[in-house]
Amino acid sequence: MSKLLSPAKTEVLFMGNEAIARGALEAGLSVAAGYPGTPSSEVIENLATVTKERKLYVEWSTNEKVALEVAAAASFAGLRSVCVMKQNGVNVASDFLLHLAASGTRGGIVLVTCEDPGALSSVNEGESRYFARMLEIPLLEPADFQEAKDLTKWAFELSEKIRNIVILRSVTRMSHASGNVICGKLPDKSGIARFIYDGLITDPLRGPVISTPVVIKHTLQQEKVKKAVELFEDSPFNKYFGPRHPELLIITSSVCFLYSQEAISMLGLQKRVGILKFGCTWPLPTKLLKKYLRLTDKIMIVEEVLPFLEENIKVAVVGMLKEIGIKTFYGKMDGTLPSVGELNADLVVHALGKIMKVKYKSLPGSYTREIKKIAPLIPERELTFCPGCPHRASFWSINNALQLDGRGGFVCGDIGCYAMAALSPAIGFNTVRTLHSMGSGTGLASGFVKLNAFGLEKPVLAVCGDSTFYHAVIPALINAQHNRADITFIVLDNAGTAMTGFQPHPGLAVSAMGESVPAVDIPKICSAIGAKVAISDPFDLEGTSRTLTSLIAESGSLKVLILRQICALSPEKKGKKKFLMQVNEELCLGENCGCNRLCTRIFRCPALTWDQIKKKAAVDEVICAGCGVCYSICPQKAIMRTEAAE
Amino acid sequence: MRDKRMKMSLAKNPMNIIITGVGGQGNVMASRVLAGMLVNAGYFVTIGETFGMSQRGGSVMSHLRVSSKSALSPQIPQGRADIIIALEPVEALRVLVKYGNPDVAVLSNSRVVYPIGVITGDFTYPSLDEIESALEKLTAHHWLIDATAAAVELGNPVLGNIVMIGALVNTAMLPIDCRAFEREITKDISADKHKLNLAAFDAGAKMI
Ligand code: SF4
Ligand code: SF4
Repeated sequence: MSKLLSPAKTEVLFMGNEAIARGALEAGLSVAAGYPGTPSSEVIENLATVTKERKLYVEWSTNEKVALEVAAAASFAGLRSVCVMKQNGVNVASDFLLHLAASGTRGGIVLVTCEDPGALSSVNEGESRYFARMLEIPLLEPADFQEAKDLTKWAFELSEKIRNIVILRSVTRMSHASGNVICGKLPDKSGIARFIYDGLITDPLRGPVISTPVVIKHTLQQEKVKKAVELFEDSPFNKYFGPRHPELLIITSSVCFLYSQEAISMLGLQKRVGILKFGCTWPLPTKLLKKYLRLTDKIMIVEEVLPFLEENIKVAVVGMLKEIGIKTFYGKMDGTLPSVGELNADLVVHALGKIMKVKYKSLPGSYTREIKKIAPLIPERELTFCPGCPHRASFWSINNALQLDGRGGFVCGDIGCYAMAALSPAIGFNTVRTLHSMGSGTGLASGFVKLNAFGLEKPVLAVCGDSTFYHAVIPALINAQHNRADITFIVLDNAGTAMTGFQPHPGLAVSAMGESVPAVDIPKICSAIGAKVAISDPFDLEGTSRTLTSLIAESGSLKVLILRQICALSPEKKGKKKFLMQVNEELCLGENCGCNRLCTRIFRCPALTWDQIKKKAAVDEVICAGCGVCYSICPQKAIMRTEAAE
Repeated sequence: MRDKRMKMSLAKNPMNIIITGVGGQGNVMASRVLAGMLVNAGYFVTIGETFGMSQRGGSVMSHLRVSSKSALSPQIPQGRADIIIALEPVEALRVLVKYGNPDVAVLSNSRVVYPIGVITGDFTYPSLDEIESALEKLTAHHWLIDATAAAVELGNPVLGNIVMIGALVNTAMLPIDCRAFEREITKDISADKHKLNLAAFDAGAKMI
């Protein structure tokens, strides 16, 4: 049986995302939709494994906005639904979200956003807490694993009480961390969908679901927010921990609660510092806030990333100054804590120690001196494409084609594993020059080629992965065709959402629930738009370079090259070598080779190493994926491949 | 009730464990298995992990915090590791200089995975002697074993992580035994892989 369906009262080790999934199941979830993105993907992934047992409908949608629409339909029909995404996904969904919050909802609906302070697996550390305030939607933030489950369950109840969507925000250190969780009961009954729409337009429960008349609906929405605050005032998820008369009060939320607790114990300040932890962070329950602000005059706010809680607290305090008196605040705004990157216990210890004037007992001096001596011995380990990754071969050919073309062309990058080509230029052979949001490479490229009238006369390429193609590239591609932007657009099609763990996408004939579905064909879409389309296998370096060189040379219209090769980590390929590789030491010229070690300095497959003693290339069989590509790299033909037995 | 379930007690409470290695070495699986064993033994375990981009050939790390009392911050504070398990030797040092202290114990695989920068010649990889001497200076106990060789002998280098778990259990630093491993591994793994994992575990146990 799936761990996710453990019986009530059992204690299990859940990843934060599993705890969120379990909480949704305990709430009687019927529909779940999302778009994969680290650190959010495991919520939907886990739900997808129990669709039969729990009578669920689960889908990976093409993007976050569509996912939210799918989830909202369930809510309109009275069912409970969840929509899951990473932080920047909320930006994508936000247009619909604005209207949804205004129209109101029916069955409980929760938008789960898993955010990435410190950008551990993102190219931004965007915050969606501000969306809650801007779009007037209640916001919840779990502070540990048990709460990740319990607060998720409660979020559905809250949503149904106020008849509006609720946002639940997690962060990487919660979503991808694990801890003990005691399971609650899973409901026996499943929901029945009924969409009622024959009432008046002003009747939020029986009329059509619509955000107009705007002023009336907006008034209703604000009443719902007020109702939420009333519930927040007594919520057990907002809790004070600490002495009766603390010298300092820490106000915190999310995993920062655990950092604060740890910092207090590391400094031995349990008797002097208290913590007010908010599980309900917007709108702030001000009566509760006032009660605890009275405890002391020194307040420190610990949160990630921007001073959201701090701003809200300060605004609230202005209204209660007469009752609570003047306070001193420590937080992001005065620089006590950084407002970029993620926090941890060490950062909180440092800040807290300074305010409370206590020193943290650190390591003995002799030990730190040894550390200083040893640290320089440790070589950096850069991120790189996996051994056998199709992207390394693709960028190799892209670089070759651009060199042959000779006009100084460049590539606009996009989001996926292949973003590494932009993050670390050597990995992409110095071809990728921009990297922004999903699908932006193609839009940027079509903008760049229009600058030839202003003197920028270079060929411009854009790359994107298969999943990204469906998510956000199609409109940019149509734009390029419509405006005669003659970019060369390359789809790095590795048959799945590799970066986040092979979730299916519309190009595959299988759904999130494992059912067979029609595959949406990328080449056909591109041809239908009117582009010239070519397909190649990136492992065929020669053929790919040739095709690409001729595409780049053509001007006047949109050109598309689809590079098809399955990701090295995909279940189909993993652990199976197509070729056995060996370096012929007679043929390898070592440092004397005129190639400047193309194999081990430029190509950079981690499995193709350099034997320091023999001064020749060598294959590390333990990590070599057996893709055979390096065979075509060596001008000496010293890297030999033999077909592996099945 | 929790206390009754804890048959053996922790040498330190909380006990801070870091499992480190290179993306693709089975770091996450090792931390799950170990954590599962400790939860079965009645402890609160908090695992801090990052995956995603870091999986692609970079350094990876899981923080495991074992406590009889409560969940803890998923990140171990600097200088506060009690046990470091490294699937790759230079990664042992990388973690050690940040989280080490005079009482730390390190169990490291000796099999090297070269960083790209070393292959290209931009950086140098320390010699095994240098690594040994660093471990000598920065730890209270250390073990350097060729877990990958043992795993290759069993037919799959990826089993190196289980070999390391076997070795760890035999260091007797944690309140878990071979039976706990058997119980944990039967949960999620198919029967044929079962035997192989047990063999890997035993191979590791013998190395200590
Ligand atoms: S996961 Fe797949 S696509 Fe990503 S770097 Fe590895 S081989 Fe390439
Ligand atoms: S065959 Fe060559 S390029 Fe492919 S993984 Fe092995 S060493 Fe790397």
